[in-house]
Amino acid sequence: MDRGTYTSIRKFRHPSVEGVTVAQRLKEVDVVVIGVGMVGSILAKELAAAGYKVVGLERGTTRFTVPEFQSPGIHDELRFDVRKALMQDNTREPVTFRNHSSETGLPIRRWESFLPGTGLGGSMVHWNGQTFRFQANDFELATRTRERYGKGFLDPDLTLQDWGVTYDELEPHYDRFEYLLGTSGKAGNLKGQIQPGGDPHESPRSRDYPTPPQKEHYSGALFRKAASSLGHHPFPQPSSNLSQPYTNPEGLKMNTCVFCGFCERYACEHYAKSTPQTFILPVLLANSNFELRTGCQVQRINLDSSKKRATGVTYIDNAGRELEQPASLVITCLFAINNIRMLLLSGIGKPYDPVTGKGVVGRNYAYQTMSTVASFFDEDVIINPFMASGASGTMINDFAGDNFDHSGLGFVGGAFIGAVNTNGRPIQYHPTPPGTPTWGKGWKDAVVKHYNHTVMFSLHGSSVSQRQNYADLDPTYKDAWGQPLLRITFDFPKNDLRMAEYVTARGVEIGKAMGAKQVVGSPRKGPYTTQQYQTTHNTGGTVMGNDPSTSVVNRYLQSWDVPNVFVIGASAYPQNASWNPTGTLGALTYWVADALKSRYLKNPGHLVSP
Amino acid sequence: MKLPTSPHVTRRSFVVSAGVATVVPPAVALVAGSAGAAAAAAHHPARSSPPALASAAAPVPPVSSTPERPVYLFFNTAEVQFIEAACERLIPADDAGAGALAAGVPNYLDKQLGGAWGAGERLYRSGPWIQGSPSQGYQLPFTPAELFRTALRAINTDLARRGPPFSELSADAQDDYLKSLEKGNHDLDGVPAAVFFDMLLKMSIEGFFSDPVYGGNRDMVAWRMIGFPGAYADYYEAIDHHGVKFERAPMSIGEDGQGHVHVHPEIPASVG
Repeated sequence: MDRGTYTSIRKFRHPSVEGVTVAQRLKEVDVVVIGVGMVGSILAKELAAAGYKVVGLERGTTRFTVPEFQSPGIHDELRFDVRKALMQDNTREPVTFRNHSSETGLPIRRWESFLPGTGLGGSMVHWNGQTFRFQANDFELATRTRERYGKGFLDPDLTLQDWGVTYDELEPHYDRFEYLLGTSGKAGNLKGQIQPGGDPHESPRSRDYPTPPQKEHYSGALFRKAASSLGHHPFPQPSSNLSQPYTNPEGLKMNTCVFCGFCERYACEHYAKSTPQTFILPVLLANSNFELRTGCQVQRINLDSSKKRATGVTYIDNAGRELEQPASLVITCLFAINNIRMLLLSGIGKPYDPVTGKGVVGRNYAYQTMSTVASFFDEDVIINPFMASGASGTMINDFAGDNFDHSGLGFVGGAFIGAVNTNGRPIQYHPTPPGTPTWGKGWKDAVVKHYNHTVMFSLHGSSVSQRQNYADLDPTYKDAWGQPLLRITFDFPKNDLRMAEYVTARGVEIGKAMGAKQVVGSPRKGPYTTQQYQTTHNTGGTVMGNDPSTSVVNRYLQSWDVPNVFVIGASAYPQNASWNPTGTLGALTYWVADALKSRYLKNPGHLVSP
Repeated sequence: MKLPTSPHVTRRSFVVSAGVATVVPPAVALVAGSAGAAAAAAHHPARSSPPALASAAAPVPPVSSTPERPVYLFFNTAEVQFIEAACERLIPADDAGAGALAAGVPNYLDKQLGGAWGAGERLYRSGPWIQGSPSQGYQLPFTPAELFRTALRAINTDLARRGPPFSELSADAQDDYLKSLEKGNHDLDGVPAAVFFDMLLKMSIEGFFSDPVYGGNRDMVAWRMIGFPGAYADYYEAIDHHGVKFERAPMSIGEDGQGHVHVHPEIPASVG
């Protein structure tokens, strides 16, 4: 297979002026894509296929299913799970963190709470494959909450806002993304008609999933029966670990998932988990309009003297050489927090100030509010937790989003509740009931007793944006290239802690209805800690919207300030919803690709007047 | 509760078609979990997928009852005495199975601390060094190797003042001493005792449950104890047998070092 054109930078001599090295200026291209992950590879493919010269700058290495992802080496919990082999190199590029602006931000010296990836294919290489759409309500959350519950319903510090794009506008792009991935699921609402066995709460979809749901794990079967008995509406979790062989519209074939139980934090050796390596890269890399360069650490997007036009980017390659890549259009497609940092380092958009509430870059940083319910069974109930795909759960949306009446509850948002059995890898997974000693015979006996007899629920909660939560550049700590780190200031809003209490109580009811001997609900509590894995669903900071005073990019993810810069990532979400963010990011990617091809590239300029 | 009934499963041999169809002993068996249904044992049915995925030929490694003496590269003699005794209290041998010592956990710690992990792999190591809130995590300049060396020296000095070495204390006295570290009210030459204890415990659990190629979990004793099949990867047929115990000797990465390559002629990503 053709893996694209790799440019050897060696042919360029490095000029120096009186001992000061200056960047080598390369030949101008139409488009520079920063980050060749899910967003970057899809957009690059669309634009290269439309005839534009595209350069993709990836800081990590190339990697492919063969040889990099092959088993059994890929099934190494210590290397990939505990030591986090696929993640962003935090020894060179960490972030700093504090709960409140009264504290000093300190570097997260080891990743724990969230795990940004690096390398070709980006974070999607190590995802679980849980592929959701948000609901119509989510895109107009501020308006609809005000309409349904009145003006004074929300806590005054919350900064919820509408997205500037609607579900109906995104629906064709959700559809296209799901068919690119081959997502396995069951429709619950086809053009307004509720479908048995699917999610009755979902917003209307134009057609069913491309492939049927994955097989149901025992924990899912127990959950399904219990949730039904309580009047809820269980359905199979949409999964991009495929239930059957599939050929996508790009002509790429994928394979059936065998439930190996090594998805999240791992790469898939079976061509069964949809990642850029399976669904787009072979097509992209075969297009001579595209050039992939790896080992390229982009330092900044360069602006002209007006500060209203980008001229390209400056990056340092893996041999330490500084290079300037001029381009007519710059698209930053980084992981959410890295998108924020790229704009701050480039001086694009006004940084947010939490004291005045003015400024936009870094504003509305949000996350995901994760709670759990553990159901401990007798030893004659065999769960086999190691038989798993990352997304083959059984779940309900009855307490997600605005699918239930929040009157009198004192919070907005909710969570999906699901028996989402993703693995039984024992360094990290060995559930024990409360009161178990943390070591010694008591611990060991409890681990043996409960390992194969426990069902864990995931309660995947929304995250509201709040005035005090934001990201900016750290005043002290630097990366390996001497640039300031991103500093995150975040704690769980009270709204979300109340939500977690409420939905966890609903989860406990389901656990009890399953007949478990002991059911333990663990609603998320504050303060937010960087020391426990929760999710890698960091959102906000470069949010989209229709008002330049409260958004960084317009509804087409185009910078209000520098219109030849587009910023695409979950950093665009004004607040986070009750589901995993990847499906919505895929839809936004195609939404932007359409706007670029049909409008922007034909007549560059503001797609929305600022 | 009423137990869900197991689906009907039948006993049949595992057939692998590798040139000539061969009947091989079943390496994978689904055995009903409840005693009453034990008769409903079944074997992993044959699959039509490439024989490379079949598990039947995986060798069952020997189970040895006496641990080999590890060659310690990082720990000195005094440190080994403390580490071996302490690990065995953290994860003791009992009726459920081997403890940390038989599983080679001290050997795992030794190889990790003497290698890249000990030197600060995956640890951001630029100052300034400011102690923050628990939410901000580890903020000490010590690498794991430095942290262990510093803390162990302080511990052994402290123990020497008290009397017999740790390894000669009664199990109860050893537990009391470990609890005093866990509570972390004192300082071990700059290392908070609780930080050292936490790292010792975390790494002991890693050594117990990680693949044996890293020097612990010897003969996959920890995986056998809980029924985890290790690096084994194919449950496509088995996942439908709800509530049925999966019986198979676990598999280590080391049994198949370079593995097998999943090549599918029609998948472009597999032929580059």
